[in-house]
Amino acid sequence: MNAIDPNVAADASAFTDYLGRHEKKSLLRFLTCGSVDDGKSTLIGRLLYDSKLLFEDQLLSLEKDSRKHGTVGDDIDLALLVDGLEAEREQGITIDVAYRFFSTDRRKFIVADTPGHEQYTRNMATGASTSDLAVILVDARRGVLTQTRRHAFITSLVGIRHVVLAVNKIDLVGFSQAIFEVIVADFSAFAAGLGFKTLTAIPLSARYGDNVLERSLQMPWYEGQTLVEHLEAVVVDDDAAERPFRMPVQWVNRPNLDFRGFSGTIASGTVRRGDAVVVAKSGRTSTVKSIVTFDGELDTASAGEAVTLTLDDEIDISRGDVLSGTIARPEVADQFAAHLIWMADDPLLPGRPYLLKIGARQVTAQVTAIRHKIDVNTGGELPAKSLALNEVGVANLSLSEAVAFDAYAANRETGAFIIIDRLSNLTVGAGMIDHGLRRAGNIHWQALDVDKRTRALAKGQKSAVVWFTGLSGAGKSTIANLVERKLTALGRHAYILDGDNVRHGLNRDLGFSDADRVENIRRVAETAKLFVDAGLIVLVSFISPFRAERQLARELVEEGEFIEVFVDTPLDVAEARDPKGLYAKARAGEIARFTGVSSPYEPPKEAEIRLDTTSAAADVLAERVVAYLQEAGVIPGVEVTI
Amino acid sequence: MSKDRLTHLKRLEAESIHIIREVAAEFRNPVMLYSIGKDSSVMLRLALKAFYPGKLPFPLLHVDTTWKFREMIAFRDATVKAEGLDLLVHTNADGVAAGITPFSHGSSVYTNVMKTEALKQALTAHGFDAAFGGARRDEEKSRAKERVFSFRTDTHAWDPKNQRPELWRLYNSRVRPGESIRVFPLSNWTELDIWQYILLEKIPIVPLYFSADRPVVNRGGQWIMADDDRLPLEAGERPQIRRVRFRTLGCYPLTAAVESDAATLPEIVREMLIARTSERSGRLIDHDDSASMEKKKREGYF
Repeated sequence: MNAIDPNVAADASAFTDYLGRHEKKSLLRFLTCGSVDDGKSTLIGRLLYDSKLLFEDQLLSLEKDSRKHGTVGDDIDLALLVDGLEAEREQGITIDVAYRFFSTDRRKFIVADTPGHEQYTRNMATGASTSDLAVILVDARRGVLTQTRRHAFITSLVGIRHVVLAVNKIDLVGFSQAIFEVIVADFSAFAAGLGFKTLTAIPLSARYGDNVLERSLQMPWYEGQTLVEHLEAVVVDDDAAERPFRMPVQWVNRPNLDFRGFSGTIASGTVRRGDAVVVAKSGRTSTVKSIVTFDGELDTASAGEAVTLTLDDEIDISRGDVLSGTIARPEVADQFAAHLIWMADDPLLPGRPYLLKIGARQVTAQVTAIRHKIDVNTGGELPAKSLALNEVGVANLSLSEAVAFDAYAANRETGAFIIIDRLSNLTVGAGMIDHGLRRAGNIHWQALDVDKRTRALAKGQKSAVVWFTGLSGAGKSTIANLVERKLTALGRHAYILDGDNVRHGLNRDLGFSDADRVENIRRVAETAKLFVDAGLIVLVSFISPFRAERQLARELVEEGEFIEVFVDTPLDVAEARDPKGLYAKARAGEIARFTGVSSPYEPPKEAEIRLDTTSAAADVLAERVVAYLQEAGVIPGVEVTI
Repeated sequence: MSKDRLTHLKRLEAESIHIIREVAAEFRNPVMLYSIGKDSSVMLRLALKAFYPGKLPFPLLHVDTTWKFREMIAFRDATVKAEGLDLLVHTNADGVAAGITPFSHGSSVYTNVMKTEALKQALTAHGFDAAFGGARRDEEKSRAKERVFSFRTDTHAWDPKNQRPELWRLYNSRVRPGESIRVFPLSNWTELDIWQYILLEKIPIVPLYFSADRPVVNRGGQWIMADDDRLPLEAGERPQIRRVRFRTLGCYPLTAAVESDAATLPEIVREMLIARTSERSGRLIDHDDSASMEKKKREGYF
């Protein structure tokens, strides 16, 4: 294995052969999963130990740790090799995914060691997402457990098609063939519907090494391969190069005016010089002029290779676009149905705007409906309004713009996405696309006889959202009120959405947590959008502390319809005014999460209008807003008659 | 057979290039930590490949403790010149002014001030929101659980219990102002992979990796090189000439040499394969106890 036979090392030409073989190895990524105490860490420790990947100082440190934390008496506790973090050495359970490496003459292996503890489903999904094969451990004494079913289900969900059922601790049941066969039959019955291409059952003892690397002398009845023999030989991905060509563009490479290349990792299929390619979203086509790499140009490149393509035509391509062949193109849609695995303590909230990253593209996305959640123990469907940590469900998602994708079952690279919380920036979910939804295209807004422009024209104006943001007590409502009075006096049609007022009705059910603040703004933004559609000038007066949500409100309406007004009042001035006595309460600790005091305010970077309330009176500032609306053509200037 | 279409090195290379491009595309102000060692040399080559024929879209940063081997500095400067790179060098001036050396304050204080603190100073001063490091998961137990994109708070701290899940090749690059991501493109490489890649790609490395006659003293069973006259000699102690090389490079007073005749790359690889001592044991900072690396990382060490 990785360590070398001294005879080979001593012989220069044998050594050259050895290096040559190791340069030509392939790579297999697999994960190990199983219930607590099934012996995953021990098995990996065994693989490292038997493949002589341990060095003397690691062995010394292992012996020392075994005495301190070990659970197997005076023996070396192999699990301690892989349970990396201090906390888990003390608690005796693995709490995160660890990656391990070993290799044979034929293959290099990357092992994701994933925890079996019930609450850590997310870690298993994480390890599975980059693996091509799963080793599912079962304790021979306990047989197939609920958690075994869960692991098999998640393995299948994440698209792994090759499974090894490792019946461990076979030494503790007297190397019994009968017990082994009962477990295999149990598991096979359950796994039949999970779509595995190969299922290989191996009886083994990780602690003593039987059938791990070396064939067991204790089980003459077992004639199959050892675990390592199987891992070396199994073919896991025989058609990646033959499937339709996909390359998400990561980077546009423009070192000078003469070179414009599109860099990315080929997700599937093969591309050749001279091939016609299409930008999935725009439908524009061109021909591959060259396949550029540091090591020279290639005639052909296929799945897994990181390359740079140049094209014959100057077509518009940017990061996030997906290049494909002209036939068998990916789907393009702004709505799809997907399986989701939720990974955060805060539950998935339908309607909440999240970020979605698919390939090299990031868009805003909302879950519009949870169709059902899935009981991962039985595969059964259950009704659900949200998804909690470690829950799996099927949901419809709606994106801020269309993206190119494939069904996950057809392509793991272009069918997978992650969900990121806009506030905490944490990765909160993983998704696998089932199929696109086209219903959005069938709701014909344009089919209505009277549209937004007609309604606005009848009122002698253009629709707009004037969004006042600023600290509590900055003067937002005061100025918005004055603006409404002035607009009404000019015969225009405006309406104020005020933060406090809306919280008495529409948003009465919301508190002041970050999630509720987000939902508060989302509802107001959607309401403002409806009023814009009604042809009104909507004056929104909300603290709206987060840039992300203001951006969301901006994106809901058309370009030019959103006018952000930053009512800029320094915190000390607003606090000195304190018209509602709220700062005093917040400072006294009576109000939690008060903007500016105990919750952040993110000032706008590029507001259309900035009003400095320390430099002019409210009426003067309101005049400036009205003047802006005139200049922007939202309302007619004084000299124009309608 | 397609799984065998690409060798493991080709796959590792592609994965690293993917990661490096992703960082350049998504971060406002990334930087590549350059330690001059073999892993840095491989990482640099991968970055050059990622953007070929373009230049690197980010600078390199070398945290210079002032105690690096002289040959390392010469190699660094030659590499920067040959590849036309943008190199930033940072030294903790406060530490120098306070007279912090490996000898006066011990390896722990010295490493903290001249490496960890210096690194944090540089990252903060330049406002970098992403920093590439050459660490590998096979180096040490706590590294095995490190993400490729490893989140750091605005005080550069790492919380091993609160890491973002990392799925597929979809890396989460979202940070708030002041926060940053440490990125490890070599996460899935092993030491053998690194050496084989250097061999295959003919990547230049610092000559200290090759055996030669060098002046050394024996300290606690380890050979320390007298790289310059700042090495305090004990009474009666005199550097002796030994045929040695270095398996890992850092600050010369803290990096032990091994006796070796390996003077070519294949000989180094061969020696590594029959080695009986793991890689980081040449670095004296890991010796306190087996949880020491995790502690250092929480504090902001790379």
